[in-house]
Amino acid sequence: MATVQASMAGNVWKVLVAEGEEVKAGQDVVILESMKMEIPIAAEEDGTVQKIHVSEGDFVNEADRLVDVE
Amino acid sequence: MFSKILIANRGEIASRIIRTCKQMGVKTVAVYSEADENALFVREADEAYCIGKPQVNLSYLNADEMIRIAKKSGAEAVHPGYGLLSENASFAQKCLDEGLAFIGPAPAILAAMGSKIEARKTMKQAGVPIIEGINVALQDEEEAKAAAESVGYPLMLKASAGGGGIGMQLVHSEEELVKAFAGNKKRAESFFGNGDMFLEKYIQEPHHVEVQILADSHGHIIPLWERECSIQRRNQKVVEEAVSPFISEETRTKMLDAAVKAAHHIDYTNAGTIEFLVDKEENFYFLEMNTRLQVEHPVTEEITGLDLVEQQLKVAAGEKLQLTREEVKRSGHAIEVRIYAEDPKTFFPSPGQITALELPEGEGIRHECAVESGSAVTPFYDPMIGKLIAWGPTREEACRRMQKALDEYKIEGIKTNLPMLRKVISHQQFLAGITTTDFVNQYYLPELTTTN
Repeated sequence: MATVQASMAGNVWKVLVAEGEEVKAGQDVVILESMKMEIPIAAEEDGTVQKIHVSEGDFVNEADRLVDVE
Repeated sequence: MFSKILIANRGEIASRIIRTCKQMGVKTVAVYSEADENALFVREADEAYCIGKPQVNLSYLNADEMIRIAKKSGAEAVHPGYGLLSENASFAQKCLDEGLAFIGPAPAILAAMGSKIEARKTMKQAGVPIIEGINVALQDEEEAKAAAESVGYPLMLKASAGGGGIGMQLVHSEEELVKAFAGNKKRAESFFGNGDMFLEKYIQEPHHVEVQILADSHGHIIPLWERECSIQRRNQKVVEEAVSPFISEETRTKMLDAAVKAAHHIDYTNAGTIEFLVDKEENFYFLEMNTRLQVEHPVTEEITGLDLVEQQLKVAAGEKLQLTREEVKRSGHAIEVRIYAEDPKTFFPSPGQITALELPEGEGIRHECAVESGSAVTPFYDPMIGKLIAWGPTREEACRRMQKALDEYKIEGIKTNLPMLRKVISHQQFLAGITTTDFVNQYYLPELTTTN
C-alpha cells in the first residue's frame, strides 16, 4: 500500500478522488492550499483509493497522511 | 487628526502603518490571529487584540469582529492596509455605519473598481484607453469562443473579481480557451465568490506601469509619478521601481494625465493606483485600479520624499493636500524587491521557522520587514515576509546598492527567493532597464536550467 502525504503544511482545498476510485501514478488526488497557493498532490503509483484521511478545509502538517492507495 | 486608529491587517504593512502613526502621535490598535501572537506588529502597536483562529476567514476577514474591537478600543478610524478587507466595499460601509472613518475611498468606489468588467466600462467612459476586449461576463465556453472570435488570439482570459494572478490565463487558441475556461471560472468562484469571466487581447511584450495618485475630499488630485512593476512570477510582482526606465517623458506626462482624468471621473479620494499595460510602441491601456495603499508604495515615497500613510490619514481626516502636481519632487531612482518565503526555482511556498535573520545596512537602504530571528512563517498567509528598498541618485547607483544589500541579506531556516532576486538584479537585461512581464520566463528560468 502507498500513502500519499502532504508535501507541506496547509489547508486541504480540494479532494479530487473518492474511496474505491482507480487512480494512476501522477494523477492529482488532493489540492492543498498553502500561503495562498494551490499545491496539487499526486498519487505516486497506480491503484485503488482505499481510504481518504482528510476532508476539505482540514489543516494538515507536512508529511501528514492524505490518501491510501493500494 | 484622529487620536487612535485600528489596523485591520498584519505583517509588514501593519508595522509600516504603526511607524507613521507613532511619528504623527496617533495611537494604534492591532488585531491578530492566534498564528500571529508573537509577530512584530503585535508588539509595536499600542494595543493588540486577538481576533480569532489562524485561517483568514476566521480572523483577518472577520469584518464584524474588526469593527467590534475598533469601537471597544475607542479607535476613530480603520486602516485596511492592502489585501484582506482593503477593497471590500461592505466592510468599508460597515465602518462608516458604525461611525468609524475608513482610510480609503468611498464604498461605492471600492465596489465599482472591484469588478474589472465594470472598471473597464467606467474608464472607457472617462476617455482612458482600455485593452480591446469584452465588457460583459461570459457564461460558458460557447460564449467565450464567440467572444474570442471577435477579439482574436492570443488573448488573456480573466476573472472580473480576480487579483494576485488568480483566475487569469494566457490562451493562444480556441482549444486552449475551452480547456482553461471552467477551471479559472471555478477558481475565481472559490477565491473571490464571483466567477464572472471576460477576455482581453494579449499585449505583446508588455510592461506593467502604474501611476500613484493622491486625492483629497476637496477635488484636488495629484499624480506621484509612476512605478514599473514588470518583473513578476506567477503573475505577482517581485521587483518594482520608480520611475519606469522604459517610458519617455512624453508618455509619462500622458499617463499621469490619464490617471488624474480617471480619478476625477469617479470622484476618487485617498491614495490609489491606476495600473496600465504599455506595449513596445509605448501605447498604454488601463488594466485595473487599486483602491488602497500598494505593497510597492515605498519606491514612490523614496523618490518624492512623501509619506503615503501620513497622506492617507490626513485625507481621511478631511484635510486638503498641501502640494500641487508641479511641487511633487522626483529625486533619483528607487527599487524594491519582495522577499518571499518560497523555493527560488519552483516558487512553491516554504513555511517554517526562521533561525537567523540579518538585515543589511547601507546608504539609501530601507527595510520593511515582518519577521525576526525566531519568527515562524505559517502556511496561512501570503508568503511575502519583507521588502528591501534601495534608493540612489541614479538607477545605476540604486542597482548597485540593491546588489550589495542582497548579497549581505541573510535568512536561515526557510527557503527564500533571495537567490532569484540576486540573479534578477544583476542581470544585463535588468541593468539595461529592459523588463517586460515575461522577464522571469525569458531570462531567469532558462538560465537556471542551463547553469545547474
